[in-house]
Amino acid sequence: MADTMPSYIGRSVTRREDNRLIMGEGSFVGDIKLEGMLHVAIVRSQLAHASIEGVNLDAARNVKGAVLALSGADLKDVLPPISGMQVTAPKTWRDGMDPQIEIPDQALMPYDKLRYVGEPYALVVAENRYIAEDAAELIDGQFKPLSPVVSAEAARVEGAALVHEHLPGNVAASLHAKTGEGATALELAPHRLKRRYYHHRYAAMPMECRGVIAEFDSRTGGITVWSSTQVVHWVRREVANALDMPEERVRVIAPDVGGGFGGKGHVYPEDILVAYLAKKLGRPVKWLEDRHEHLLNAAHSRDNLFDIEVGFDDEGKISAIKNYFIVDSGAYSPVGAAIAGNSIAHFMGPYDIPHYEADCKVMMTNRTPNAPYRGAGRPEVAFAMERSIDLVANELGIDPAEVRFRNMIQPEQMPYAVGLPYRDGVMIEYDSGDYPEALRKALEGIGGLEAFRKRQKVALAEGLYLGLGIGCYVEGTGIGPFEGATVKIDSSGKVMVATGACPQGQGHETAFAQVAADIWGVKMEDVVVTLADTSHVTMGYGTIASRSAVTASGAIQKSSDKVKEKVFAIAANILEASESDLELRGGSVGVKGVPEMSVTLKEVANAAQPGWMHQRPEGVDAGLEDTAYYEPPTVTWAYAANAAIVEIEVETGEIKIEKYVEVHDAGTLINPGIADGQVKGGLVQGIGGALFEELRYDENGQLMTGSFIDYLLPTASDVPPIDVIHSETPSPRNAFGFKGLGEGGAIAPPAVVANGVCDALRPFGAELNSTPVRAEEVLGIIERGTRVSE
Amino acid sequence: MTAPRPISLTVNGERLKGEALPRMLLVDFLRDVLGKTGTHVGCEHGVCGACTVIVDGMATRSCLMFAVQAQGVEILTVEGLADGEALHPLQKLFSEHRALQCGFCTPGMLMTAIDLVENNNSLSEDDIKIGMSAALCRCTGYEGIIKAVTSYAEQVYDKPARGKENNG
Repeated sequence: MADTMPSYIGRSVTRREDNRLIMGEGSFVGDIKLEGMLHVAIVRSQLAHASIEGVNLDAARNVKGAVLALSGADLKDVLPPISGMQVTAPKTWRDGMDPQIEIPDQALMPYDKLRYVGEPYALVVAENRYIAEDAAELIDGQFKPLSPVVSAEAARVEGAALVHEHLPGNVAASLHAKTGEGATALELAPHRLKRRYYHHRYAAMPMECRGVIAEFDSRTGGITVWSSTQVVHWVRREVANALDMPEERVRVIAPDVGGGFGGKGHVYPEDILVAYLAKKLGRPVKWLEDRHEHLLNAAHSRDNLFDIEVGFDDEGKISAIKNYFIVDSGAYSPVGAAIAGNSIAHFMGPYDIPHYEADCKVMMTNRTPNAPYRGAGRPEVAFAMERSIDLVANELGIDPAEVRFRNMIQPEQMPYAVGLPYRDGVMIEYDSGDYPEALRKALEGIGGLEAFRKRQKVALAEGLYLGLGIGCYVEGTGIGPFEGATVKIDSSGKVMVATGACPQGQGHETAFAQVAADIWGVKMEDVVVTLADTSHVTMGYGTIASRSAVTASGAIQKSSDKVKEKVFAIAANILEASESDLELRGGSVGVKGVPEMSVTLKEVANAAQPGWMHQRPEGVDAGLEDTAYYEPPTVTWAYAANAAIVEIEVETGEIKIEKYVEVHDAGTLINPGIADGQVKGGLVQGIGGALFEELRYDENGQLMTGSFIDYLLPTASDVPPIDVIHSETPSPRNAFGFKGLGEGGAIAPPAVVANGVCDALRPFGAELNSTPVRAEEVLGIIERGTRVSE
Repeated sequence: MTAPRPISLTVNGERLKGEALPRMLLVDFLRDVLGKTGTHVGCEHGVCGACTVIVDGMATRSCLMFAVQAQGVEILTVEGLADGEALHPLQKLFSEHRALQCGFCTPGMLMTAIDLVENNNSLSEDDIKIGMSAALCRCTGYEGIIKAVTSYAEQVYDKPARGKENNG
């Protein structure tokens, strides 16, 4: 890194994105209007499980302004399904997880049977959206209802209907892993605790629903797709594959994207359908999802049922854990067994536990497909683990905070080997951090443990129920396999950076300008950042899994390093100096110790051009441009400790969070202001999941929370006072010390809230082992419970 | 289907005309007919607040109003806040307080705040939280939004926003 300019990394500079967005000049998919553009309305299943007997499109086709109506049967031999394995796994992961995986492919529109309420089976293309929806209403589908498989448990029952005929027992994937002696070590433990936990289904719920536009160019035979997605390169791959086109002829752009949080992190049928329609019709085609469709059809998440057994001694030291769980993956599983893999790998969190055994089944049901959402398998296990710790503490009469301190990995144990493979196939080794210190700080943040326990006692004597909820986690971030970046310096002298990162509000245009400015020692305004456009970087991966800060920065650095070699060679030639005497300084290359001897990057870029006027030394190719792919050695480990004080209103069961503190460590922060917003935003989503948000199904597999009237997002008045304290322990795994942080905030709140409520209601013997934590359940505990006098 | 109706109205101080079928939503008219795409559509059932605009001085869900109902009204949308390149004070505060991430809810959030602050004489912190809960943000967790609106209220009322009375 250059040392002659003030560093941008670590500064909360104002975001580049802000101006256009606050002026209403952002450009989201819905805002894009192309000449002659047609609009799609999609017809979706109203039954959870049904065979398709016939779909009559005649009436729809006769609507004035309707251009095309199609059902699944029309596409059966035309478009292949989306592969069930959008994410691949390395062999070393498979060796450690013993997986049996048969994730079903997903037809873009099935012709034979429907597997969840919301699954598309027909569509209309029309001159405008109003006409398209009118015509869609006239599509007459005939169905034979089949017995719905409405939960993962129901899917396991002997004789249950099969969601996919080729998957006996409705099992799409089985995983198994262990460390030490595994579950057999439970037998040696002085105490054992067995519990069932359920983490409910909720979802990313970005404020912008999904949307896709495609335009075919008959001159080049190419197609441009604008999609509200987190993964433009995946969309390009799947569109090119489905339409049998060279990837080079498919350009995918994610313009401004109104939130993603994982829900836009894989390829959906509509991404391909719209591209197909545009090519078929030779006119631009637009599909915009409405909120009802989003609730029914955009991926849901969580929905895990755990059977946990913990072995521990008199001191509360946990020696062994058995983690058997099933995932309700809905009708398809777009990222395969990746979430379940995360759940297995993250269960033990920041604790030093010698023996562990996990067994997981990913179940197919007649619910909406399940895909990663902020946390992706971690909130579920943080809930099961952190509840278990509180219950162990209860059994022994030791403070839950103390039990955590006794089990935590100590800083001197770093790097700490867990004994399980991560999803990237590398054996997990926590890289850096001080977990007990994070918990100490979190407890200080709520006023100190001892002070709170005193206050709690006094309050209880006055009939006030206060509780302390604690939740800790670790999070593998910055996962590979790679990210791409192209760096160029053109004749303007500006540093151009393009990466495969696809932001949805993370401030990447700003953050990567900060990173590149530091790498080059230039002013931020001299860095041009291009994101989320496949035409600017050949291969990319995308913004999912808290990965972009680490992986895109790595790629920018790697390509910059190669461009720098040429810059120095050419500058040395111009300055008639030795390369080793040169340094980057403020947009120039200069001779160390000789301030007057320098050449600007603009001059170097012009000297690098091909042609008669160049000033390149012998053997140096023309142009200042390089594309590089950063393949991280493995993940970096972010971590956090959370503590919150909750108060229960015993008359109503209302749960009030008086104060919530998270001590979060994501290594070196690029832009602390952005980082703080990421963690706080995640926390509020976690609190939403803990208390309000739920995708609830009835016994017929109908979604009961299909609008914002029933699916409750947290509002400004629901948010408690939140303090986020950032520690910055650099990761030793990359030159910058970065770890990822997009998801972290959302991981702990369900555990923290449940622990806090149970702590407050300890006199009633409260035990809440499922989410969301509802006021009516709290009230039930109070009404049923006998108050145990202290 | 009945015929399109002519609609004339004032948007951001400019007299505009357009045509809409009686069933066309105001938000679609603003976006698709008049090209004012700063106003967004988030739920189409009046809950999320992304489509909020000011109609004759009052915050209004433009997804719950038909275009034909806007005949003769005066509308302020997000595009009308800045004076050329000069940002409205509330827009500046949104950026300063990190009150936006993806920016999709932001136009509706800004219009909700304008109505809340400008149609009241003073606001307590609770008033602001409750008032701003008319619009949903999924990214920020609201902290920056509340700070920005509180700051704006202080500027407008020329005094710190506190006290519990609600004049709204």
